[in-house]
Amino acid sequence: MMRDWFKSGSPWIWLNAAAVSASLIIVFGLLLLIAVRGLGHFWPSDVMQMQYTQPGTQAMRVIGELTETELVSLVNLHSAGISIESDKKNIQRHLFKTGNRDVLGSDFRWLIEPFISDKTFPRELIVLERREWGNFYGYLKAIKENGKVVAEGDKSWPELQQRLARTLDIFDQIRDIEKGEIGDINYAIEGLRLKTRRLELDGKDTPANLKAIADERKELQADYQGFQKELSDLYLSINRDSLTAEVMDGKTVDIPLAKIVRTFRPNDMSVLGKVGMYFAKLWEFVSDEPREANTEGGIFPAIFGTVMMVLIMSMMVTPFGVVAAVYLREYAKQGPLTRTIRIAVNNLAGVPSIVYGVFGLGFFVYFLGGNIDQLFYPEALPAPTYGTPGILWSSLTLAILTVPVVIVATEEGLSRIPRAIREGSLALGATKAETLWRTVIPMATPAMMTGMILAIARAAGEVAPLMLVGVVKLAPSLPLDGNSPFLHLDRKFMHLGFHIYDVGFQSPNVEAARPLVYATALLLVIVIVILNLAAIYIRNRLRERYKGMES
Amino acid sequence: MASQQGFTHGINLDALNRTQQKMDIKAETICLQTSALNLFYGEKQALRNVDISLPAKRVSAFIGPSGCGKSTLLRCFNRMNDLVDSCRIEGSITLDGSDINDKKVDVANLRRRVGMVFQKPNPFPKTIYENVAYGLRLQGVKNRRLIDERVEKSLHGAALWEEVKDRLHDSALGLSGGQQQRLVIARAIAIEPEVLLLDEPASALDPISTLKIEELINELKDNYTIIIVTHNMQQAARVSDYTAFMYMGELIEFGDTDTIFTNPGKKQTEDYITGRYG
Repeated sequence: MMRDWFKSGSPWIWLNAAAVSASLIIVFGLLLLIAVRGLGHFWPSDVMQMQYTQPGTQAMRVIGELTETELVSLVNLHSAGISIESDKKNIQRHLFKTGNRDVLGSDFRWLIEPFISDKTFPRELIVLERREWGNFYGYLKAIKENGKVVAEGDKSWPELQQRLARTLDIFDQIRDIEKGEIGDINYAIEGLRLKTRRLELDGKDTPANLKAIADERKELQADYQGFQKELSDLYLSINRDSLTAEVMDGKTVDIPLAKIVRTFRPNDMSVLGKVGMYFAKLWEFVSDEPREANTEGGIFPAIFGTVMMVLIMSMMVTPFGVVAAVYLREYAKQGPLTRTIRIAVNNLAGVPSIVYGVFGLGFFVYFLGGNIDQLFYPEALPAPTYGTPGILWSSLTLAILTVPVVIVATEEGLSRIPRAIREGSLALGATKAETLWRTVIPMATPAMMTGMILAIARAAGEVAPLMLVGVVKLAPSLPLDGNSPFLHLDRKFMHLGFHIYDVGFQSPNVEAARPLVYATALLLVIVIVILNLAAIYIRNRLRERYKGMES
Repeated sequence: MASQQGFTHGINLDALNRTQQKMDIKAETICLQTSALNLFYGEKQALRNVDISLPAKRVSAFIGPSGCGKSTLLRCFNRMNDLVDSCRIEGSITLDGSDINDKKVDVANLRRRVGMVFQKPNPFPKTIYENVAYGLRLQGVKNRRLIDERVEKSLHGAALWEEVKDRLHDSALGLSGGQQQRLVIARAIAIEPEVLLLDEPASALDPISTLKIEELINELKDNYTIIIVTHNMQQAARVSDYTAFMYMGELIEFGDTDTIFTNPGKKQTEDYITGRYG
């Protein structure tokens, strides 16, 4: 019986099936984990108020969001000096996010289940998302205008909504002016400074030229003064209102409305209201800029940087790899030399990526960039323009990292084109080059796209080399904006992969940022999937055109 | 026209009852000529001392067992053998009196004058229209009307027009094998070559498609010098005016088809034709 079963091959099939299932479970489990952990972060969960009386310490009122529950053994607690009378071996303890870092010193606090009593979910509890110091949890007491109370008790909540809307509106105006108009003026003034320096270097700093520049600068400065005036008015009006609120230990604090991003009463919200808020927060996450050392706000610059870097990379790597592969396959005389080159190219794919980072830093940034600065941007020196890490060098470094993949895929595609097709073209009087460009290369485009897809998949996930050649924790401006020449390839940029590392392990508040790590990881996966799907879609359309040729 | 019987029975010499008179090679204009042609693939000699003169505006067939060198000889005429690295040629080949292996000859230009159709249909993965226009575009023809005209004329010439006129801009890969082969012929005649080399053009096709190709060859010979390599002796008998029998790289016998098939001069030819070997 057993022997027959073995002979039938069933055990082998079962083994294979088991391996496939295990892989699938791992992949989907991983995605599920990061999705649940990451996406859960944006849900406005209820805030609990409770009485906490731990023997030996003062009894206190605790207000916070439950974030995690785990079992600890009594023995461990005993050795930590906490004694509990219980017949169970393990008891639960909860991690509460209590916020109010400015008042309480830390965002989180562990509470042991048996000491908790009087759990309630008061409807009046408010949550404030702030621009500094993380979330605030507590009771709203009063609203003040220029220090004078204008609303108290029940009336303060609607008043807060109204005044917060006004404050946020002013905040947007301020940001628009600072980032927009004033940013443009600064850019223009910097341009003028460089122009002056350029004239000096060229020996053309005639009084007439300098005067023209000075006039221009005066004009810009006048504009700047105007905006500065406008700004100071706006600042005055944004700082008008503040609120008074009670923290869990009974203290009251004053918080200026200008520091508040969003306010809500989670215990008083309907499910629909929570869903609405959930998506608002999710949208903020993907569309906004980061705040508070990247632990709050959105990650739009990182998404933008990642996508742009990958696009520039693929635009460089594809033509380069294709040209190299065409030469290797079509023109080079096949022999020991080409074989060696092929082996070398394949091995290039196995070099650790950080080595490429070192190469990029040494060759692209210092050598190429340094020389470009000497030649084309002497006016900015000693401040480097291209002689410093930036998105161009990052894309180029990753292009070198991924070029072997494109070469190998393209070569394979070229070798699959039937000889009959080439001969057919040659027999019609086409030269070799015409045959290549009119027939062979168009037919090999799906293979080239495959190479590009593999390159994208590899490049989008690389972080290590980027840390040397252009990624930063926080980039002041995007590599693409409204100031000519619009595309600033010399700028540093943010990257989702690096963002994960930075938020998760370099931020001042690791505990608070952990959900963001998952959310960012999920987003990185989604971005890579989208980039790949786009490329696969294009490839399949090309393949459709040449269907039937592969026989 | 060739009768349907020819495919199933022995050589149907009735098929040779064509309107023309008995052919006489001495009265013909010679189009392609080789003298003392030797061809080597590395160490291996594939053609031995071949002397043949192929008449213009006639159909000449090369027959012989596999590996006898008939395709190799055919591929000499448009220098397709250039693509084989180890290939070396001795002797001369002339087209209308000038040597085609001369250094000054532009190979692309030669191939424009000597078109070729391969054993397996090899349309490009483009539209039917673009396949036929390929050669014209290579020559830099931009005039749309001229290309339209030439495409239609070539497709008519290859007896394909009626079948594809409504789907000129569909992929050529959607055509049947026989249609593809006629498309490839249309593609070859679109650039108006002098000579058309057919390398077993019907061997991958079904009998009906084969019949169509043969009818086509008969029509094309008024305008083109046609050289056809075939394994199918009935086919050679049906379509050709002259037949060459090759064996082991040597040209054994060349003469008008009637003579070769009814009264061959060499015993080897007779043995092959009557099926004693090959």
